Amino acid sequence: MNAPTRNAPANPGRRKAFADLARFGGGAAAAALALGAFERQSQARPAQALRPPGARAEEAFLSACVRCGLCVRDCPYKTLKLADWGDGLAPGTPYYIARDVACEMCDNIPCVKACPTGALDHALVDIGKAKMGVAVITSRETCLNLQGLRCDVCYRVCPAIDKAITLELSHNARTAKHALFEPTIHAEYCTGCGKCEKSCVLTEAAIKVLPIELAALKQDAHYKRGWIEKQKAGGALVDAPVKLPTRTPTGEPVPGIKP
Amino acid sequence: MSARSPYAEAYELKGVWASRRYFALRRLAQAAFLLVFLTGPWFGLWIAKGSLSSSRTLDVLPLTDPFVLLQSLFARHWPETTALIGAAIVLGAYLVVGGRTYCSWVCPINPIADLAAAVRRRFDIKQTAKLRPEFRNYFAVGVLVLSFATGTVAWELVNPITALHRALVFGLPFAATGALAIFIFDLLVAKDGWCGHVCPVGAFYGALGRAALVRVSAGGRESCDDCMDCFAVCPEPHVISPALRGGKTGASPIIASGDCTNCGACVDVCPRRVFHFAHRFDLSVAPPRLPADHVIPESSLAKG
Repeated sequence: MNAPTRNAPANPGRRKAFADLARFGGGAAAAALALGAFERQSQARPAQALRPPGARAEEAFLSACVRCGLCVRDCPYKTLKLADWGDGLAPGTPYYIARDVACEMCDNIPCVKACPTGALDHALVDIGKAKMGVAVITSRETCLNLQGLRCDVCYRVCPAIDKAITLELSHNARTAKHALFEPTIHAEYCTGCGKCEKSCVLTEAAIKVLPIELAALKQDAHYKRGWIEKQKAGGALVDAPVKLPTRTPTGEPVPGIKP
Repeated sequence: MSARSPYAEAYELKGVWASRRYFALRRLAQAAFLLVFLTGPWFGLWIAKGSLSSSRTLDVLPLTDPFVLLQSLFARHWPETTALIGAAIVLGAYLVVGGRTYCSWVCPINPIADLAAAVRRRFDIKQTAKLRPEFRNYFAVGVLVLSFATGTVAWELVNPITALHRALVFGLPFAATGALAIFIFDLLVAKDGWCGHVCPVGAFYGALGRAALVRVSAGGRESCDDCMDCFAVCPEPHVISPALRGGKTGASPIIASGDCTNCGACVDVCPRRVFHFAHRFDLSVAPPRLPADHVIPESSLAKG
């Protein structure tokens, strides 16, 4: 038979183009997928690693940060560092460890100004509104103030003293005659600068700054707080409680209570 | 076993400067691009701050790698104006000087890849994995798709270029491991393996280079004696043929492929001065010649 074999291409160029697309496209897709798996892992971040002031939430931050290090360069206190491979964060992204060097909360926020992409949100102009994390008493068992001593260091060093950290008095049950001065954090005012963690006199700090995502600070949307709903509605949302009859097993009246 | 250097004849005919000029200039440029970032941390004299992905020079000039910014856009982040201006300046600059000029004049991986290639030539290492240069283009697209899918600047997770630059400028030792891996890969696995086949950054700049102004011209192709030295030293040898061998068909002498890195190795290595830097609209072809400074060595005369 003289007819062309079934495998002879009508258009060799097109066949090659498809073959190339399959080969290179397939290879590139495989490589990209492998990278993608690695990418997922890099989105986890160690709890001690805090982002600079104004940093967007971690996911948005990783879409915006080009890992240039300009914020690190403009940090006057050398608080910020770039992550090396193996530091557990996306390589090349800026972070600081409060226990090593805390954020000094510069008024002019030079790190945010230096950011060319807005990974550090330029809308942050008041450093007091920064949310690098939030302080938490992580060890009530070792905190000196909670043992009834007067350490107070975290409270004293707090740039927002008496707002972000207050000392709340309570009865010292151990001695039965002294007071406890409990360091109490008010997340609304805490910037997460880490001065408290840095200054904690214990070998292992009893107060630590956690990333906002970890500390959560989110009220469940489905949980309605009656007093707030009442305020919003401008009055009670349900009628006054219905008076129910008091019954006994035998149906006899209870002395002193009207049926 | 060592092989004869392809530069030997050029050195004999043109002297040390003309046979190694662009090599020397490239190493100077690469060192300079590193030094402007290092005078700050070393001596407190800040010229450029940041790193290759984004920088600020003398506190006024913002520069941003357009491929990095493109990934960020694919990751659905709209950047501040500073980064947009910086990327526009870089795009404009490479449209003039040639896209992959970044690869051979700025990129810190280039000396490492060059070293691997030189060691390969010196010890006559021929084995190479079969990779195709087209792969990197598909991979660059893959990186953009991945940026979109994961919402991260995907390639910056592993990019050995910016990692090495950060390693040197910010003192991060482990960030340099990628560069070491590339050296081993290029030396033992594939010839010009990384830059020539894998690197999506190079692929991006290559796409830019197709429209770039400064190009190498094989304007002296009539004088070519087919010694093949240019093919031996070129990191992207497939770009040479259309321009060099185009004499019969009257094709342009300009090396038009975006893959050409404007490294000038062909200009250096050619004993007959076939190649020179030109702009893309310069289609002039010189007549065959043996310029006065081409003193033909007796050794080659004896060969006939």
